[in-house]
Amino acid sequence: MDTLRQIRLIWKPAVFVLCLIPASLVVTDALEITGKLGANPVEEIQDRFGNWGLRFIMITLAVTPLRRISGWNWLLRFRRMFGLFTFFYILMHFLAWLFLDQGLLLAAIAEDLTERPFITIGFTAFLLLIAMAVTSTDGIRRRMGRRWDKLHTSAYVVGVLGVWHYWWQVKLDFAEPLIYAVILALLLGYRLWWRRRRRQRTKRGTSPLAISDSDQAHRAAQTASQDLQRIR
Amino acid sequence: MLIRKRADVRPSEITSRENYLNRRSFMKSGVIAGGVAFAGPGFGAVVPREPRDKLDDVSSSEFSTDETPNSYEDITTYNNYYEFGTAKEDPFENAGDFRARPWTITVDGHAEKTGSFLFDDFIKPFDLEERIYRMRCVEAWSMVIPWVGISLAAVVKHFKPLSSAKYVAFETLVDPVQMPGQRRRVLDWPYREGLTIAEATNPLAILAVGIYGEVMPNQNGAPVRLVVPWKYGFKGIKSIVRMSFVDKQPKTSWNMAASNEYGFYANVNPEVNHPRWSQARERRIGAGLFAAKQPTLMWNGYGEHVAHLYTDLDLRKNY
Repeated sequence: MDTLRQIRLIWKPAVFVLCLIPASLVVTDALEITGKLGANPVEEIQDRFGNWGLRFIMITLAVTPLRRISGWNWLLRFRRMFGLFTFFYILMHFLAWLFLDQGLLLAAIAEDLTERPFITIGFTAFLLLIAMAVTSTDGIRRRMGRRWDKLHTSAYVVGVLGVWHYWWQVKLDFAEPLIYAVILALLLGYRLWWRRRRRQRTKRGTSPLAISDSDQAHRAAQTASQDLQRIR
Repeated sequence: MLIRKRADVRPSEITSRENYLNRRSFMKSGVIAGGVAFAGPGFGAVVPREPRDKLDDVSSSEFSTDETPNSYEDITTYNNYYEFGTAKEDPFENAGDFRARPWTITVDGHAEKTGSFLFDDFIKPFDLEERIYRMRCVEAWSMVIPWVGISLAAVVKHFKPLSSAKYVAFETLVDPVQMPGQRRRVLDWPYREGLTIAEATNPLAILAVGIYGEVMPNQNGAPVRLVVPWKYGFKGIKSIVRMSFVDKQPKTSWNMAASNEYGFYANVNPEVNHPRWSQARERRIGAGLFAAKQPTLMWNGYGEHVAHLYTDLDLRKNY
């Protein structure tokens, strides 16, 4: 079996199942099979989904830097799945807030959305995630062209809004949101550093790749590997 | 690695909540059947050394609510006690080895009687009473807790404050070895709280030494903590080592940390929101996953006893 088929048939399903574990644990803990949700299960469920949403946006944003540093191009094949899991966990976080915390009380929901800035911020990030999730298919990506790249760089905006949302609702101990903020700063910093370096190389004309967008380069690589597969 | 010490109490020794509740109704019916007015026992408070030891000679109180208390587990595993960590389960996990004895309480400031007292001597002159109170946290959740304690008004009178004493200030122990949360400066240690003299002598205010008829668990503020049920929970300072009669409004920890969010008075008030969240409703712990939040009551429902303390106060400014 060649690498691409191995990824599609073995590794992708395996990673998919792994990514579902935190959500499954919420269900099995609620049923008190694997553990407990504690004295305030509503808060615990919201916190767990929110935390995993933040972790997945970090994982998603880490794919490109990790690929560049390690040269493991196969990582890119998991990026969409991680992005969609970010959306999934934040969707669950949102639904837990809507149904369990607010109990669908419309007046309270409207008040929270408009008068609590940390909720407004979180909701904005959720809207961006919806936009990215519905445009995540190959077909739509092809049709949107360069606009797709633009829309999907808002993954970074989601990261910033997500950490901000967490930071703002903490009472006093900022240790945990600080960890997310540092990771996010490293990921964003790497991206900026990479850009600057590429621009300098373009000026000196040393890199043939420098003229194209990195994602175009990625697409070219993809086509090449598909051709290769066909030949085999 | 986290090494969780097993509770050294056999399950058979633990009073189930059902039996506990029955005990109360049994006591009540006994009082009625005997036709005896329960005038207060006057035993003098004796508190055994170990958490979960039974407290004797506890009288009931007209101030107790009829609402069903939260489970022992909820009350002892979901705590805000930053000295043992900022997560709700941290106090339960980190306070197991805390030594609540020997314990010394210093009384100082504008009072006739001052000095340092061993805990047992400190509480000996007073009577133990059970007070089942609602507890409303500033984070918009609430519980019902069957405290056992002594009247703070009686304690204040006992030390004979001078007329210059306008406030009572309290401090928690500082001991970063026993209290791992104090190794980081999340709050400016020691934890500080305070009441006006009028608040401290209100009959609702107690110094609690137990819950569910047993010695106070460490994570709930052993050996002695303040309970003022018409105020947000953070006013209920735990593991008290100092009580000072002072002439000026004392500094209080959460007010020092974020004065725009937490005031000195911190009275439960559904009409004045926390800057970042609503105080109009609260989640009752133990109500279940699908229970709606319930409306928060002014003064946490204790208005008939405390509203008169604040008639001249602008409650929006003095939150």
